[in-house]
Amino acid sequence: MNQTFKKETFRDDYTFSNSPEAVKRFPFPFHEDEYMYSVNIEPHVKTAVGSITEFTFDIDEHYVAECEDKAITLANDPQRYLCLPHMMDAQWDTLELMMESMSNDYPEQFNLTKEGDNWTWVNKPLGITTKFVFGDESSLPMEPLEYIGRQVQGDWVMLDQRDNNLFADGAIVTSQADWSLAIDVGMSWQEWHGPVPIANEIGVFDRALKYLLNLQLGSPVRRLNWTMTINPRLDTSPENYPIWGPDRLSVTPENVGDKVHLRVELQTLFRLPRSNGMLFGVRGYLISMNELVTNPLWAKRLHRVLKGLHPELAEYKGLSYKDITIDWLSKYDDGTSSE
Amino acid sequence: MSHLNVKVAAIEQVTEHVKHFTFISENGEKLPAFSGGSHVVLALNINGRIHRNPYSLMSSPLNTEHYGVSVRKQEMSRGGSVFMHEQIKVGSRIQITYPVNLFSISKLSHKNILIAGGIGITPFLSQIVDLNRMDTEYELHYAYRSPEHGAFRQQIEDMCGERSHFYVASDGQILDFYALLSKQPLGTHVYVCGPEPMVNAMIAAARDLGWPEKHIHNEQFTAPQAGESFKVKLALSNIELEVPSEMSMLEAIEEAGVDAPYLCRGGACGRCELDVVSCDGSIVHHDNYLTNAEKTGGKKIMPCVSRAKCQQIVVNL
Ligand code: HEM
Ligand code: FES
Repeated sequence: MNQTFKKETFRDDYTFSNSPEAVKRFPFPFHEDEYMYSVNIEPHVKTAVGSITEFTFDIDEHYVAECEDKAITLANDPQRYLCLPHMMDAQWDTLELMMESMSNDYPEQFNLTKEGDNWTWVNKPLGITTKFVFGDESSLPMEPLEYIGRQVQGDWVMLDQRDNNLFADGAIVTSQADWSLAIDVGMSWQEWHGPVPIANEIGVFDRALKYLLNLQLGSPVRRLNWTMTINPRLDTSPENYPIWGPDRLSVTPENVGDKVHLRVELQTLFRLPRSNGMLFGVRGYLISMNELVTNPLWAKRLHRVLKGLHPELAEYKGLSYKDITIDWLSKYDDGTSSE
Repeated sequence: MSHLNVKVAAIEQVTEHVKHFTFISENGEKLPAFSGGSHVVLALNINGRIHRNPYSLMSSPLNTEHYGVSVRKQEMSRGGSVFMHEQIKVGSRIQITYPVNLFSISKLSHKNILIAGGIGITPFLSQIVDLNRMDTEYELHYAYRSPEHGAFRQQIEDMCGERSHFYVASDGQILDFYALLSKQPLGTHVYVCGPEPMVNAMIAAARDLGWPEKHIHNEQFTAPQAGESFKVKLALSNIELEVPSEMSMLEAIEEAGVDAPYLCRGGACGRCELDVVSCDGSIVHHDNYLTNAEKTGGKKIMPCVSRAKCQQIVVNL
């Protein structure tokens, strides 16, 4: 595959945009005109050429720019990478899974050679070549999860499984939708999901946890989640709320198309082999309203989903600009079927 | 569930009743890495019927060129152990699941007490490799009937040194659970695998001594999903089909060329729910989706995991 990587930013002047191809493969998350939380988990199997789930990890045109943004966030706040000591096996499991998948799926960009435990990793887009000893932390410039997490788009949380529960015991998190790693690290499934409205009452969390505790090696799963963001900003963390929070007030009927973005998370879950832990990936995709309405069916459907959105979900997701967005989208909705 | 295709590379008669099997992957590649205490489920084709037997992986997690399992011949049962002993030869091909671990060492324990009875030693052999590698404190207590049955004693002495303790019943050596457990420091976890009476006695002793439930572990295997075969009638498509024992109802419907809805394939999402028109037996619910009232009501089934024990079940599809 011949991928070109865009030069763009996710902060300050916000030059991020999607090419028409990227718009086409955008993971539009709504399969009907209304939305409520559900256990929308399915096997993470490979899909059509060009789609975002063609491969285990999706490397797209934003790869280099996103990794650069990640490095800035980590430099400003080292607490975006945190890992408890008992997760070292899980770190190596994660590094192996990512390096093997990426080098198999994108041989032009990534290369992994192994002589016993002596591994050489080549990441051409980021200009990285590292020789290291698999399993020996001192042979890498930083801990394995941070090392590889800086080279894969999205956020990566490692879970330890014990006492019939999952614990978020290590992660690299630089593009989260307003939750804090420093607060959540070490928490259990019920604890970190505590702030989410409604889902618990309708049994979503209990069923999803039971399912995940049975997750099998070699059979990863995925789901989509979504929210909205003002400006194409990756780092919408509580720590930096003062930087991005006020942007929500900057939305006007004139700038909705540019400023308001739908943010879709492709969440993947893998059982890890040596640690018997789990890897949870949150890979975000951003699309501006201007880009989104180039697909008339998406425009109609998003208009209807937002109109009918449960107020507690809108509040939780922080969609204070929802009504302006609905007004703006209404001109794309003629009331005909969105199928 | 994903599967691995393996070939038997070696068979060793370890004791009178125990054989050890070495598997290599059919394509010559390394087998997947795994964690100590994992098991695999073998799919054995015995006279055209698939039997699924779980066995602990006892080879080292550090070397996945091969997997090793040991099988004790259970004369009384009609299951797979006799087949493994009598029919499986070097070169036989077997389909196995990816490793599953329902008996893993707690990573936050301060000390681990491993208790094995007879063939129940197998899951500990892979755990010991992990414990040694992670430099975690542990003791292994291995009880067996008589010297001829102490199959893996030498190997264990080599791996564990002074951390291993042996109890040979024929020599009058008895493992006293109360004595062992009452002298352990706070934060110790105990793991047991062996004959049922022994497992139960150990658990009872630990509870009696006030050990927290979370610190008491016994080996568990994935329950084979398969059950009896049964017939399904799809009322709307007017198709009749049979669900063989080794297939889920959803898979059998798909095999018949009917597009059935699904998402998680694991009984959690609710997408595959079907209305039951009639069933001349009972539904065996395995899902986490339906409420208990819906389950007893018998009007709904989640075909990705659930089955029926009946001649025929009719569903609205
Ligand atoms: C095991 C890996 C998972 C981790 C580490 C994780 C973590 C989180 C976190 C940190 C939040 C934000 C909570 C906050 O506002 O502070 C969240 C939200 C949420 N999670 Fe999870 N989660 C996981 C898996 C799942 C799964 C499998 C489901 C399936 C139903 C799920 C459903 C949700 C929902 C519905 C929300 C609210 C999202 C929104 O409205 O934007 N999570 N999760
Ligand atoms: S497919 Fe999800 S419950 Fe059956």
